[in-house]
Amino acid sequence: MSSLSLARLPDPAPPEGPSRAPRRFDDEPLAVRLQGVRRTFGARAVINGVDLEVRRGEFVSLLGRSGTGKTTLLRILAGLDQADGGEARVPQARSVVFQEPRLVPAKRVWRNVTLGHRRGRETRRIAEAALEEVGLGGHADAWPRTLSGGEAQRVALARALAKEPSLLLLDEPFAALDALTRIRMHDLVEQLCRRHRPAVVLVTHDVDEAILLSDRVLVLADGGIRFDAQVELARPRGQTEPGFAALRARLLAELGVAGPADPHHA
Amino acid sequence: MTYAPSPAPANGPLALVDLPTRPKVRSAADAFVRGRRFASRALAPVLILVVWQLSSATGWVDPLVLPSPTDILAAYGELTADGELYDALQASLARSLTGLALGGFTGLLLGLFAGLWRVGEELFDAPLQMLRTVPFIAMIPLFIIWFGIGENAKIALIYAATIFPVYLNTYAGVRGVDSKLIEAGRVFDLGPTRIALRVILPTALPSILVGFRYSAGVALLALVAAEQINARSGIGYILINANVNQRTDVIVAGIILYAVLGIVIDIVMRVIERIALPWRGKLVLA
Repeated sequence: MSSLSLARLPDPAPPEGPSRAPRRFDDEPLAVRLQGVRRTFGARAVINGVDLEVRRGEFVSLLGRSGTGKTTLLRILAGLDQADGGEARVPQARSVVFQEPRLVPAKRVWRNVTLGHRRGRETRRIAEAALEEVGLGGHADAWPRTLSGGEAQRVALARALAKEPSLLLLDEPFAALDALTRIRMHDLVEQLCRRHRPAVVLVTHDVDEAILLSDRVLVLADGGIRFDAQVELARPRGQTEPGFAALRARLLAELGVAGPADPHHA
Repeated sequence: MTYAPSPAPANGPLALVDLPTRPKVRSAADAFVRGRRFASRALAPVLILVVWQLSSATGWVDPLVLPSPTDILAAYGELTADGELYDALQASLARSLTGLALGGFTGLLLGLFAGLWRVGEELFDAPLQMLRTVPFIAMIPLFIIWFGIGENAKIALIYAATIFPVYLNTYAGVRGVDSKLIEAGRVFDLGPTRIALRVILPTALPSILVGFRYSAGVALLALVAAEQINARSGIGYILINANVNQRTDVIVAGIILYAVLGIVIDIVMRVIERIALPWRGKLVLA
């Protein structure tokens, strides 16, 4: 009953040598189900009838120009904002990594990681395990003030993981990081998502980042999902692959940045 | 004049200038510089003391107007000898700390209530802001009618004076917590109570402690004012007695005692801050 206009992209050139085939999620349980979701601010419908299904283990990126409601949609999924209409079903266990780390400065790193946990004998162990996963095993007792930007963001990621989310929401979590740190964070997130298999929704401005990480890329425009494509590229992905460039060109065109004239826009 | 791009540079060496390198500073020289700075800072106070002492010793200034530093030291000796100083300090400290504790606690409760609940803000933020503008010293006659001239009136005055700094800073601190942090708390399943306890209060604590530090200063001020009311003990009692007996040296000694009390209270509050806020680093505590 999906009303999405699914655009199928040309398959990329067959990869040379062994590599992982693109994953399929049809048999996985649904983690997100949006039907006709609307959100209006005053007279303006920022989101006007969005349908979206995301399944367990699926990594979906949400692209769109500024003001197209990407973050609004993510906040609805997180439960931080309420839709004005339509139906939104999400799992109870949801985590968000925001653009800023949003750590409580007065709490040690491990307390931040287990912010939502009941305090008990296990709490510290959970925090340490999560920190170990993001490569910050030795920083449990540090104060947030002493962390670098990348470290703080990894703590935020550890905090998101410690909740064992079925749905992981990423709101431009790499935007404020320097280029080298961003590359390492991409690898880390990809690896962690493969291990824990949550459904992931990533809001980003970065087309390359979206292609690199996602199983599916959506472009939001005019209050709806304008473009929805599987990323048929083998992992690990490189930006030099021809399929990569083709998809990037297509997405940039959809975003109105470059490429052929947009037939949907008058 | 118009800008004319210079012609292509001729081949040849560029005129380079030498940039200065950082001069090597030996630690001994460093110590010397620090010593000199300390000496120049100490110069003025020492000079004042010397002039003060000399002008009294030569009879240029009447000791009844301003006794010499040595006279004041002698007055301390006198006050300590019969235990008066100790009793006075104890009485004054007890008064100010009782008033501060009660006033601070009230201010804290009101500030939290107004900060955390809209109802609290609506109910008593406006009245408190109005009351705040009343100089507490102007309340003394009223307090004497209400509480008499005994201990109660003194503590009540300190209490009334110390509510507001804690209230204002607690309220501002709670309201100043980044709403994004609170949102993060909500994402991680914290209910309102645990958001208050785990996110808001720890983050607002620096501001709350600033309020207490202000209040401690105000408590001292209120103490001085309160001890002008029929004091039977405390530093104020020493001052009133000395006034009656025309002992200017004891009066100055008492005034300095108030100053020392103020410094001690400030140091104690700073130590408390340092212990309570380990996450802030040293910079802000300097």
